[in-house]
Amino acid sequence: MSGAKEGAELRLVTPGEAIGASSGARAGTGTLIMGDKIIATRVGWAKENNGVTSVDPIHAAYMPRSGDLIIGVVESVRNNLWFADVNGPFNGLLPMSLAPWKVEFGAAREQMDIGDVMLARVQEVDEAHNVVLTMKGVGLRRLKEGVMSEISMNHISRLRGDADSTLRQLKEVSDCRVIVAENGRVWVDGDADGIAFMRTVLDLVRNEGHMATFNASLEALIENRRNA
Amino acid sequence: MGGYGDVKLLREDGLRLDGRKVDEMREVEIEAGILPAADGSAWVKHGLNVAVCAVYGPMEAHPRKIQRQDRAVIDVRYNMAPFSTSDRIRPGYNRRSREISKVTAEALESVVLVERFPRSKIRVEIEILAAEAGTRCVGITAAAVALADAGIPMRDLIVGVASGKIEDTVVLDLDKAEDNYGQADLPMGILPTTGEIAFLQMDGDLSFEEYNTCMEYNLKAAREIHVLMIDALKRRYLEKNGGEA
Repeated sequence: MSGAKEGAELRLVTPGEAIGASSGARAGTGTLIMGDKIIATRVGWAKENNGVTSVDPIHAAYMPRSGDLIIGVVESVRNNLWFADVNGPFNGLLPMSLAPWKVEFGAAREQMDIGDVMLARVQEVDEAHNVVLTMKGVGLRRLKEGVMSEISMNHISRLRGDADSTLRQLKEVSDCRVIVAENGRVWVDGDADGIAFMRTVLDLVRNEGHMATFNASLEALIENRRNA
Repeated sequence: MGGYGDVKLLREDGLRLDGRKVDEMREVEIEAGILPAADGSAWVKHGLNVAVCAVYGPMEAHPRKIQRQDRAVIDVRYNMAPFSTSDRIRPGYNRRSREISKVTAEALESVVLVERFPRSKIRVEIEILAAEAGTRCVGITAAAVALADAGIPMRDLIVGVASGKIEDTVVLDLDKAEDNYGQADLPMGILPTTGEIAFLQMDGDLSFEEYNTCMEYNLKAAREIHVLMIDALKRRYLEKNGGEA
C-alpha cells in the first residue's frame, strides 16, 4: 500500500536487490529467498512487519483472490454462463447457478449482455487461475446506471483511507454512491455535479496517488467542495 | 586472423576510432515509464542505439496452443524501425528479428518468475529506433527495465552487454565499424547481482584468454549499466514524489 510509505524505515527497492538476511526473517509478498539473503522481486517499498520482510509493489496487475468484491464487464455470453473482464489476466466465469436470476437455458443474454457491468464477488480461484464469480450475496447486482472508471491497484488504499475514512468523507461531500472494488474499478452514481466532483478526485488519485502530498491535496479538494 | 586486414580500427595511440579506451563503454542513458498506454515501458540510449520497450500483461495467452499450464510464456517481438539504419530496412518480421526475439524471450524467461502466472502471456515489444551495433543487448536491457516497471516479479534485472575482438585486441562494447570489420563479437545477458549468464552468443573466434577478458569486460559493463537501470526505475517515483522515499 502506498499509503504506508509515510513510515521512516521504508525504502524503494528494485528486483534483485537484497533487502535483508534470510535467517530469522520470513519472506513475504514481493520477495524471494536466494541463498542467505531475501531479495526483492518487484519495484516497490520494502518493509518489515513482525519478522516478515515484504515489498509493496508500486505497480502490479490485479490477481483475483476468493472473496474479493469486483466490478466486472461482460465480455461474452454462453447459453448458461457469462464471462466477465475482471481487470486481471484472466476472465471471470459467472455460471447460471451463481447468478441471482432464474433464466432458461439459452436466455442468459436477456439478463446481462456483452458490455454490461456487474458487481460481483470472487467465489474461487484455482491454481490454474480459473476465476469463478458469484452474484449471490447482499448488494451484488448488475450496475445499470452510474459511471465506472479505473485506478491503479496500489492507489486503492489511498482512496479508501484508514478504515474507509476517506471514502466515507468523499461519499458525504459528493452525495454519490461510490463503490471501490478490489480490482481497481470504481463505480460512482449520483447527480451530475457529484459525479463531476468524484471525477476530479479520481484524476487526483491517478496523477498524484503515489505522492506524499496526496492527502493534503485531497483534503483541499474536499474542503473546497464543502465551502462551495 | 579473419576480419578485413586493411581496415584500421585502433589508432596509433592505442585508443579506438571514436576515442574510447579498449575497456570503455559507450554512453548509456535509461528512462523508465515513458509510454502511458503500456503496463511498463523503458527507453534506452546506448551510444547511437535507441530502443523503446513496452510490456503488456500478464494476460491470457492466445492462441491457446501456446499456453503452458504451469507457467507464463514471454512473447517478445524485436523489431527494427525502417529508418533505424542507413540502408532502409524492409518493415516487418525477418529471419534476424525472429532469431533475436527468440533468444531475448529465452533470456528473459530465466529472470521473470514465470511460474507465478500459469497459462498467461507477457508481451514484450522492443522497437529499435536507431541502430549502431549491439541492438540485441540494448533491447534486453530495455526489456528488463520495462518488465520491472510493469511490476512483473523478477529474480534480478538482466543487462545486455557485448565485447569483441578487433585487430587481435579485446575491446568492450563494439560500435558499428568494429562490429562490421572486427574479428569477434560476444553479446551476453548478465544477471548483475549474482553474475549469472542468461544469454550468450558468439560470432567469430576467441581464444580462451580472450574469452576470459571479454567476460571480465562484460561483467564490469553490466555492473555499470545495472546502476543506471536502478537509477531510472527509482527516479521515476522519487522525483515525482518530491525526492522523498
